Amino acid sequence: MTVESTAARTPRRSAGNKAGTTGTKRTTSTTKKATGAGKSAEPALVQLLTPEGKRVKNAEFDTYVADITAEDLRGLYRDMVLTRRFDAEATALQRQGELGLWASLLGQEAAQIGSGRALRDDDYVFPTYREHGVAWCRGVDPTNLLGMFRGVNNGGWDPNSNNFHLYTIVIGSQTLHATGYAMGITKDGADSAVIAYFGDGASSQGDVAEAFTFSAVYNAPVVFFCQNNQWAISEPTEKQSRVPLYQRAQGYGFPGVRVDGNDVLANLAVTKWALERARAGEGPTLVEAFTYRMGAHTTSDDPTRYRTDDERIAWEAKDPILRLRRHLEAANHADEGFFAELETESEALGKRVREAVRAMPDPDHFAIFENVYADGHALVDEERAQFAAYQASFADEDGGK
Amino acid sequence: MAEKMALAKAINESLRRALDADPKVVVMGEDVGKLGGVFRVTDGLQKDFGESRVIDTPLAESGIVGTAIGLALRGYRPVVEIQFDGFVFPAYDQIVTQLAKMHARALGKVKMPVVVRIPYGGGIGAVEHHSESPEALFAHVAGLKIVSPSNASDAYWMMQQAIQSDDPVIFFEPKRRYWDKGEVDTEAIPGPLHAARVVREGTDLTLAAYGPMVKLCQEVADAAAEEGRSLEVLDLRSVSPIDFDAVQASVEKTRRLVVVHEAPVFFGSGAEIAARITERCFYHLEAPVLRVGGYHAPYPPARLEESYLPDLDRVLDAVDRSLAY
Repeated sequence: MTVESTAARTPRRSAGNKAGTTGTKRTTSTTKKATGAGKSAEPALVQLLTPEGKRVKNAEFDTYVADITAEDLRGLYRDMVLTRRFDAEATALQRQGELGLWASLLGQEAAQIGSGRALRDDDYVFPTYREHGVAWCRGVDPTNLLGMFRGVNNGGWDPNSNNFHLYTIVIGSQTLHATGYAMGITKDGADSAVIAYFGDGASSQGDVAEAFTFSAVYNAPVVFFCQNNQWAISEPTEKQSRVPLYQRAQGYGFPGVRVDGNDVLANLAVTKWALERARAGEGPTLVEAFTYRMGAHTTSDDPTRYRTDDERIAWEAKDPILRLRRHLEAANHADEGFFAELETESEALGKRVREAVRAMPDPDHFAIFENVYADGHALVDEERAQFAAYQASFADEDGGK
Repeated sequence: MAEKMALAKAINESLRRALDADPKVVVMGEDVGKLGGVFRVTDGLQKDFGESRVIDTPLAESGIVGTAIGLALRGYRPVVEIQFDGFVFPAYDQIVTQLAKMHARALGKVKMPVVVRIPYGGGIGAVEHHSESPEALFAHVAGLKIVSPSNASDAYWMMQQAIQSDDPVIFFEPKRRYWDKGEVDTEAIPGPLHAARVVREGTDLTLAAYGPMVKLCQEVADAAAEEGRSLEVLDLRSVSPIDFDAVQASVEKTRRLVVVHEAPVFFGSGAEIAARITERCFYHLEAPVLRVGGYHAPYPPARLEESYLPDLDRVLDAVDRSLAY
């Protein structure tokens, strides 16, 4: 190869091509001094049912569950029991090698069923990856949730058939989608609302802060429902915030409230209140459901490395299902027949889920190339064809076997 | 009706037409409202379509793209503006992790008709983070489509097509060409969005470029013609997908290829083109595919950018090297 020397060459440069505007943007923020919000005593939380199952009065929120019937209460109980049963089955299926991973919601049934049952059909849900109870309330078939944990798809259900968006694994991202969706509802002049689920760990994400900002600025009809289950894998909530999480809302200019996350009635009432605000054009609300992740973060986690049994045992006494059962029994709202029937239904659900997962086929290899684009892409077409030719090159060998 | 207008004005007219035609189209970004954007690309749109359709957003790029995704899920077709190339990275997670993958995750049941407009490239004497060319960082991501017009007519029509696309499109606008004027026929029938176009025919070597570098390559071809060399200039227009068939057809004729872009050559789109064209045209090539682009260094301060950016001499140098094989 020969390369022409560039040493003594007359530049052939044409006239300078400078044009356009020089723009700079990025305001420098003023230096902020840390506001010394020290640790105060644990704030009060909204509670309508004590851990012993006693109904306590609450002047502000009683009205949101004033018309609740014994049948409704039994319904909430059934939802929680079936959700827990489904969750336990999924954990077992992971242990049996049928699922690659499972994120258990054990202990968070009241937060999810209470908030989930506060929604109308036309409301829209943006879940994390642990909202199995909310999915249940929305009518999403439980077996649909297992595809991604088995590794046959990355979501797979139609978000619009139940107004339940796909599970979002990167934490906090969905709070912005929820806010944008809520902005769209406002533009449409509809009175639907959106609920965005996230956790104590996600509360540290920039996207959550931006979602708070956008929803406040545009007065978007969205409820931010934070399940503070005390642990972001191994990190306690103190590693996320030096103020109680619900107080974050204040700085954005909308109300925040802490609710007993293990009290299904309180979650129902507070979420109804927040949704009503959204529908009435009063903008976003932050609900912090104070609860506890009774199990591991996922089936890959080992909580014995970072927390004590004492803590879990203390929370067991506040179990969401147990407390509603106590209430139903004390109030004579349910008889033995109800509980026995539910037990049967519960076992049937476990069996159905087990069988469905075991029968779930691996996807066709060509699914790799499906739905990458809505309108197609030349490279995807080319690589699919190459892959097909490569696969076909084994046909003779297979035939010979 | 054909009319001569600046590239920025062509995008403005295209956005206006889209807002007019489809009530689901919304424009959003920082300063896009009253100010009309720092480059005036959205000038007058808020006045005519209102604050609910042309939305001034908080200064938070992840928030802009994240809420655009939510709006798309609600049935809207957001066109978002990232004010400058170097400001897109707070939104990179939402673009790569969410926007690009949503359609596939939903097994095709939701669509993401979102256009992300990014004024990009250097040559305007700007401060840091205002002159970058990050297109390769997006082209590497399946689920996104990447285009960059080089002239007013393409800017107008490619924006129409990007907005009509049911896939997310990253629309790189050559900011140094914003004020270059060209004929725009608003009643024309445009060609396919992702097809390359031969803008000058030649026989000795092919120059392939997109966005701001197309004009430079035309100047290079002029200069080379004075020296008796016939260069073909290909405006790629699309970086994902790339119209490799068009590049192949040209190279089979000229047997030599130089790819020019402002972005760093290392892992740049030129590297991908070189690899693919080597595979496709191995027996046609008389010389290796050469690349001219930015260096593996941060985009330099304005007074050094002329040395960093491909210019007439650097491209001619590559032409000389290719022809010397």
